[in-house]
Amino acid sequence: MNPVGARKAQTLERAFAGRSLWADARARLFRNKAAVAGMMVLGIVTFLALFAPLISRYAYDAIDYSIVTCAPDWWPAEAACNAGGSHWFGTDTVGRDLFVRVLYGARVSLAVGFVATLVSLVIGVLYGATAGYLGGRVDALMMRAVDILYSLPFIFFVIILMVMFDRNFYLLFVAIGAVVWLTMARIVRGQTLSAKQKEYIEAARAAGVSPFGIITRHIIPNVVGPVVVYVTLTVPDVILIESFLSFLGLGIQEPLTSWGVLISDGANIMESAPWMLIFPALFMAVTLFCFNFIGDGLRDALDPKDY
Amino acid sequence: MIGYALKRFLGALPTLFIIITVAFFMMRAAPGGPFDSARKLPPDIERNIKAAYDLDKPLIVQYGIYLERLVHGDLGPSFKSKDFTVAQLIGIGLPVSIRLGLLAMALATSLGVSLGVWAALRQNQWQDYSVMTVAMFGITIPTFVTAPILTLIFGVYGVHIFGVEFTLPVGGWNGGAWRNIILPVVVLSLPQIAIIARLTRGSMIEILRSNYIRTARAKGLSANAVVLRHALRAALLPLVSYLGPAVAGILTGSLIVEQIFGIPGIGRYFIQAALNRDYTLVMGVVICYATLIVLLNFIADMIYSLLDPRVRLS
Repeated sequence: MNPVGARKAQTLERAFAGRSLWADARARLFRNKAAVAGMMVLGIVTFLALFAPLISRYAYDAIDYSIVTCAPDWWPAEAACNAGGSHWFGTDTVGRDLFVRVLYGARVSLAVGFVATLVSLVIGVLYGATAGYLGGRVDALMMRAVDILYSLPFIFFVIILMVMFDRNFYLLFVAIGAVVWLTMARIVRGQTLSAKQKEYIEAARAAGVSPFGIITRHIIPNVVGPVVVYVTLTVPDVILIESFLSFLGLGIQEPLTSWGVLISDGANIMESAPWMLIFPALFMAVTLFCFNFIGDGLRDALDPKDY
Repeated sequence: MIGYALKRFLGALPTLFIIITVAFFMMRAAPGGPFDSARKLPPDIERNIKAAYDLDKPLIVQYGIYLERLVHGDLGPSFKSKDFTVAQLIGIGLPVSIRLGLLAMALATSLGVSLGVWAALRQNQWQDYSVMTVAMFGITIPTFVTAPILTLIFGVYGVHIFGVEFTLPVGGWNGGAWRNIILPVVVLSLPQIAIIARLTRGSMIEILRSNYIRTARAKGLSANAVVLRHALRAALLPLVSYLGPAVAGILTGSLIVEQIFGIPGIGRYFIQAALNRDYTLVMGVVICYATLIVLLNFIADMIYSLLDPRVRLS
């Protein structure tokens, strides 16, 4: 068989084997180099964050006044002192190891990112799917409420919340989650509206499945694509909001830390100790990059019409 | 058109009312008050102070009093800056914030649109890739990282351009001197430049593929005329609806930028007031911001319906 024929046969075979939409999407995602690199780097950061106590031999809150604001040993520029030992990123203004603090910051920032996104996912999907499925006046009312909430200057409410309720760690999750569910609800509603018209929903209704059953069993699985994309783009947003609050001194409190707190501390002293700004900023920027690359990759993978 | 404008305008009023109500009750629901201090006041004095500010009345009555004054345009006295009313404080801070915001918006739109169009016309070439990479940086790196880094480069180390040392002040407002404005405006507009460039590129690419552009080319128009007169006009449509979110983004950014550069705008008041539980000042700033956002969303709607009549007919 000539090569062209062989390829044709192969293509045919593949076509007949019938790959699912998801397998197709996965293949496209793994062909996207930026997305794959993003996933790998993000995996490394997550691993470092999870196993921070095992990786560094310093505690994140261990103060050592003999090495205050010291550069790491390998620091290229002139510095007042070098931290020595295995302080790979130098030390902060009270002699705590910066490397382990950046990793603990990663823990908090990633945790806030994932948990708040999960909160927004649950609220947004249920709300949007319900509004889209019920339709009519209920839908109009529910989406009008979303419109009104949309035009609120939400960051101000989060700030008021954080100030008024004493910077509660768990409230932070809820407050941020409550801010970002709106877009999710809109996306899910739009998808639901179009999914509702499909024949298989008709069939389910004819077979006597309850509305709740139809929403959870048939609608939600079919609107999952855009939601997945939006989730990956929400996590970096949430990390940004959290660090924004922490930067203003309204988020995570000492001795616990997050990237926002570290960047804020570093910015105050960047002239004499630039490493205190550079390392947390670098970790945060790289992580946000990864999420964005993965999100873009997923969007291309799940939305084949661009190919 | 006028009917549509009226409808949208009336629709915006309940939004403002809800914002005011939520902000009012949220603040009062929290523990602590503006006159709590480390030293306990004698009960009589405390009672007098509270009575002077109506804080001794039931919450719902206080709310009624606040609304009534608000309708008459009175935002009340500041609880902490005793000699000022909230309206006076906002009168001092708002022009500064608005100047900063407008300059940032102008820079963001002009630069963002040009970059976006350029990238779209050179799609999948190095110009496109470099603009989009820079835009990615602009979106992912937060304001509070770019601000200190730019200050470090331009304020502390200084930059030599053609042998001339070029340094900018690291902070302060100085009555709005241009040297003091450059860094805050650049920092504030960077994320918006990035977002606007991406939006413009996306819509431009889609429109360059459409049939009427092919027609325009086919009838022999110059490349410039096709891009500027036919494509750009349609490509800017999605940007108009981004106006509202852009303003919200600039306002949020100004909280940080005013804090970092020590600019006496209302963003800085807000943080201070929230920390001090200066109820009336927080309310005043929230109302101020909310009005701005609602107003700009309204203007965006109007422009959109002027440019695209399908919107108001549906």
